[in-house]
Amino acid sequence: MKQLVILGAGTAGTMMANHLVRKLDGNEWALTIVDEHSTHYYQPGFLFIPFGTYDEKDVCKPKTAFIPKGVTHMQEGIDRIAADDNEVHLKNGDKLAYDILIIATGAKIVPDETEGMLGDAWRRDIFDFYTIEGAKALRERLKGWKGGKLVVHLNEMPIKCPVAPLEFTLLAEAFLTRQGVREQTEIRYVSPLSEAFTKHNCAVVLGDMLDDRRIEFVPDFMCERIDSESKKLISYDEREIEYDLLVTVPTNMGDPCIERSGLGDELNFVPTDPQTLQSKAHENVFVIGDATNLPSSKAGSVAHFQADVLTENIQRYIAGQPLDPGFDGHANCFIESGHGKAFLIDFNYEIEPTEGAFPLPVVGPFKLLKETRLNHMGKLAFRWIYWNLLLKGHPMPGISTKMSMVGKRIGN
Amino acid sequence: MPSAEIAGVTVDVNEEGYLTDPGQWTRAIGEAIAAELGIGPMTDEHWKVIDFLRKDTAEQGQVPSIRRIKKTGDIPTKELYALFPDGPLKKSTKIAGLPKPASCI
Repeated sequence: MKQLVILGAGTAGTMMANHLVRKLDGNEWALTIVDEHSTHYYQPGFLFIPFGTYDEKDVCKPKTAFIPKGVTHMQEGIDRIAADDNEVHLKNGDKLAYDILIIATGAKIVPDETEGMLGDAWRRDIFDFYTIEGAKALRERLKGWKGGKLVVHLNEMPIKCPVAPLEFTLLAEAFLTRQGVREQTEIRYVSPLSEAFTKHNCAVVLGDMLDDRRIEFVPDFMCERIDSESKKLISYDEREIEYDLLVTVPTNMGDPCIERSGLGDELNFVPTDPQTLQSKAHENVFVIGDATNLPSSKAGSVAHFQADVLTENIQRYIAGQPLDPGFDGHANCFIESGHGKAFLIDFNYEIEPTEGAFPLPVVGPFKLLKETRLNHMGKLAFRWIYWNLLLKGHPMPGISTKMSMVGKRIGN
Repeated sequence: MPSAEIAGVTVDVNEEGYLTDPGQWTRAIGEAIAAELGIGPMTDEHWKVIDFLRKDTAEQGQVPSIRRIKKTGDIPTKELYALFPDGPLKKSTKIAGLPKPASCI
């Protein structure tokens, strides 16, 4: 039997297990998926926990529920990949030999990359919402909020779900308005980028929205350190921003096992071919989702589109055929803007988010780059789609892997 | 494609004045762009950054991040900001005749 090993049973790894068990000959290939954790979190739902919209039970299920029959599931930590020997060394000392390896070990926040972020003030005045623990702690802190300086901070790109800090800011503004403490709160959105978002068309629309909501945008702010005593963010060019409550998206990095394996870049992301998803260093190692160094968004919808391409390329690799350069950087995401509304954006490596209707021309029903109530319903419905279609490797209704230009208004 | 005369040489540039062909770059062009950006006079410390940017971009096929400049180029971020104030990566890549770094998404 030949061995195909998937490292990581998060969004990307789980989807690959579901795709490949249907496509590969079970008499020839044994599939194994390795992950040390037992709970699968619906990470897009973390955003709603601080505001009490979702609870922990809404965002977690056992990983075993999504790993198909025919795939061996090992709940074990990964020490390192010995790619020259085609082996994975597990933390329990076992070695796992492979013919093909898929790295889907994701990305996580690393708050201790910023001086002063971790310490006594962590989860007292300084919070993240990229972990279940952080999102829950922040909910408790927001319950007692009477007003003051709220700073939402993005430390360094790239991050998972690049729209999330903006969504958090807009949702916080709506939440504080409902709580009757908006007038007592100054809100700032602090970013190392020059605009409110990485995509210019979208940044213009969202930047206007920040103005309308009286949220101050602080661009080009590269945080050197946090002084948690005097409650200040301090930049490399010695600007200071005061906070009473700091909600930060810390530096995101690939899994430490990537660094131990010597396979990563400065942020432990694996250099990957942007179209085929083959690792640059080893032809039998493929990479998917947040673990790659690709200039595509680190998001579940992107991993979903990548999974279709990678499933095809694993089969081609086995058959000795040239790989399909099929991944175009396609991303598709809802952006919650508070007050029961949301935006929807659809873009790829080349094409910026535009106005239009999605997925069908004119009728939509979703509107691109416009704030609507239906887009918000779409965002909430996505949780069902995630658990029931996406993780199991079923297509999302009406949405193709390659970005479609149909229904998009180009040139405005 | 627009072109511009910089340091007495005609070079191809984009609409923001970034050179589109790193092969047309010379140190004299770098000096001239730096002066225009209000940076300089260019010191050995400035050139260390520019030389690293050009070498790393040629090897990697993309402009390095501030983190990579620190880790691989051995140039502390604080120093990078002191040498090229107000957007060090945007300014140093322009001086180096490289593309403006796309903010990754």
